[in-house]
Amino acid sequence: MTRVVVAMSGGVDSSVAAALLVEQGYEVIGIMLRLWGEGEGAGASTNRCCTLEDMELAYRVADHLGIPFYVLNVADFFKKTVVDFFIAEYLAGRTPNPCLRCNRLVRFDWLLRRALALGAEYLATGHYARVRVVDGRYQLLRGVDPHKDQSYVLAVLGQHELRHAMFPVGGYTKEEVRALARRFGLPVAEKPESQDLCFLADGDYRAFLRRHAPEALRPGPIKDTRGRILGEHQGLAFYTIGQRRGLGIAAGVPLYVVDLDPVENAVIVGTAEELGRRSCLLEGVHFVSGEFPSAPFRATVKVRYRAREIPAWIIPMPDRQARVVLDEPIRGLTPGQAAVMYDGEVVLGLGIIMRTEREPPPEVMETLAASVLA
Amino acid sequence: MAVRTVYMDHSATTPVDPRVVEAMLPYFTEVYGNSASIHRFGRAAAKALEESRRTVAAILGCHPTEIVFTGSGTESDNLALRGVAFAQRRAGRGNHLIVSSVEHHAVLNTARQLEEVFGFEVTYLPVDEYGMVNPDDVGRAIRKDTVLISVMYASNEVGTIQPIAEIARIARAKGIPFHTDAVQAGGMLDLDVNRLGVDLMTLSAHKFYGPKGVGVLYIRQGTPYLPTITGGGHERGRRAGTVNVAGIVGLATALRLAQESRESENARLRRLRDRLIQGILERVPDARLTGHPTERLPHHASFVFKGINGEELLLALDVEGIAASTGSACTSGRAEPSEVLVAMGLPHDWAIGSLRLTLGKSSTDEDIDYVLEVLPRAVARLREMQAVEV
Ligand SMILES: Cc1ncc(COP(=O)(O)O)c(C=O)c1O
Repeated sequence: MTRVVVAMSGGVDSSVAAALLVEQGYEVIGIMLRLWGEGEGAGASTNRCCTLEDMELAYRVADHLGIPFYVLNVADFFKKTVVDFFIAEYLAGRTPNPCLRCNRLVRFDWLLRRALALGAEYLATGHYARVRVVDGRYQLLRGVDPHKDQSYVLAVLGQHELRHAMFPVGGYTKEEVRALARRFGLPVAEKPESQDLCFLADGDYRAFLRRHAPEALRPGPIKDTRGRILGEHQGLAFYTIGQRRGLGIAAGVPLYVVDLDPVENAVIVGTAEELGRRSCLLEGVHFVSGEFPSAPFRATVKVRYRAREIPAWIIPMPDRQARVVLDEPIRGLTPGQAAVMYDGEVVLGLGIIMRTEREPPPEVMETLAASVLA
Repeated sequence: MAVRTVYMDHSATTPVDPRVVEAMLPYFTEVYGNSASIHRFGRAAAKALEESRRTVAAILGCHPTEIVFTGSGTESDNLALRGVAFAQRRAGRGNHLIVSSVEHHAVLNTARQLEEVFGFEVTYLPVDEYGMVNPDDVGRAIRKDTVLISVMYASNEVGTIQPIAEIARIARAKGIPFHTDAVQAGGMLDLDVNRLGVDLMTLSAHKFYGPKGVGVLYIRQGTPYLPTITGGGHERGRRAGTVNVAGIVGLATALRLAQESRESENARLRRLRDRLIQGILERVPDARLTGHPTERLPHHASFVFKGINGEELLLALDVEGIAASTGSACTSGRAEPSEVLVAMGLPHDWAIGSLRLTLGKSSTDEDIDYVLEVLPRAVARLREMQAVEV
């Protein structure tokens, strides 16, 4: 019998994932990860995930399915690799996505390794995404439900991880998954969705930073794009690209945050037009196939988890960098976020947005022109 | 699911012998009186209670009035340490306790509380690489104001049997009360309190096929003792609380049965255990037996495996149907080695990879074969995983 470890959270999706695998005849082992939360050690955990209630639910689901269930404590490792990274990114003037990092380092490395050591062939999660094998290569596909598709946060996976990954609910819509939960008689069928980052006590990342990185509170100037000082900000971490409210400056036209400058500790504001960006530089570029292309290629790009996809040119560069030139300018192109590249329903890979430009630099356009002509 | 299940955690607890259950049953429904009541219902319960006390006293070689029934091994240890320490302080005899550094938490944490909250001074005796206390160290640790010595009979974690009789002679010569936690020795080793020379001794029924939640504290006549569970005059004022007659009947029956089959069962367990130890040391690289190679409990095999985490090994074994235990704990995701193994001088990367396999009545050669098949593979997989850990 093939053994599968399911990462259970006490939520609907991972519970249904476990139930489907049991039904399909796998030998299923449920594992819940105890992540880091504020107030850890002081008694009750105040974070949103892995509360005692979730643990109890996951335990009841496992009991209902007749599978063994273990809770593994990964708090130290999670704090070091995910939470500290989250703080450091904000301090560097970027807006991180900790879920990507968690999937890469905690779920699909720390936990995957333990699953394999337990003799499991696969690690399953409740993500809405799919895996396909084509000519011995593994592809990551979007989940079938366009509203729930979570392939964005899984674009960090590579061939080794996908070879051992299962996403049992990826072929269903959320509604179907809820119906399955009812059919399986799972005690979580009606559980509401949670959206916030799991380690925030109240979903308020600004308050979290105030508590854990008071240095993020360093006030500095608010400038316009020509360098004129218009006011004072409360700390870079409290602003995101595209933000309009809470700037405390009066101007004839609506002003938006268009840039954060960690070197000058300045918030740069500009008009809606100045917010539009067509180009960005990616670092830490990763391709799911494991092969780094050499020539520019077309893809659609998602620049945030919930963003609309935009067609674009991707120009690979040395040192795992790449430039993205979007077909149309968009608002909210934000350093620190991942730009995930798609070819239809296939996830090609991702890179972290490091710098953004209103228009691509001239030499980029030349490279592009040359390669299009070639 | 796992093809078979193998229970190798008899030091954690044992199943209740069906004959013990049988003996207990009438005391839930038919003979339900409170043993402290004067009427016939109470008298019937008291009769069973006193019969049980005589049974236990006969095995311990003591007078029945020296037997106190308690609610667990942990409770007996607590009563013993606090009871003697407080009585001695009240009599102005001193403030100093001696315990070994490899005691069960029931003793260790009680000693710590006496130290931190009640102002006693505590000497924690060192142990050698086998986890054994040197009686000379006991002699050296004794001061004018020493009021109690407590050293366990056999270690739950590494199985080592301590030189109790020798330590008792030293304590006796100085007139210091000596307590031993004999929870792991119950039903297996000689429990004669006079041959051992102890003044207080702890037993717990669930370690020898009796029910959970019943213990014994032997208190030698004349030992300074102040009750720390106060209330009615139960157990001659030494442990208040309505007496758990059914549980005590179970404890006495279980101890008697264990005593009867002790010799033959120990020989059987010893042979199985030696096969297990030898098999594991042959098949698993970088493995060490922990505890004493010969002076150890007949059913007890304990190991450390270099470079792996004991909790993760337990999980891997559980997945294959094998129930075992480890001394290491994962409180925040970081592996913490057991204090006992650290006291024995094991380096961190060995001490976190501990495993305890303890046999019992149900253990068979097939169980040993199965463990010898599964364990080497489980350890190898964990080491592979660890090798790529960043
Ligand atoms: C040496 C030792 N002392 C005390 C105890 C505690 O006994 P109980 O479980 O009855 O509280 C145990 C049981 O784990 C033990 O092994």
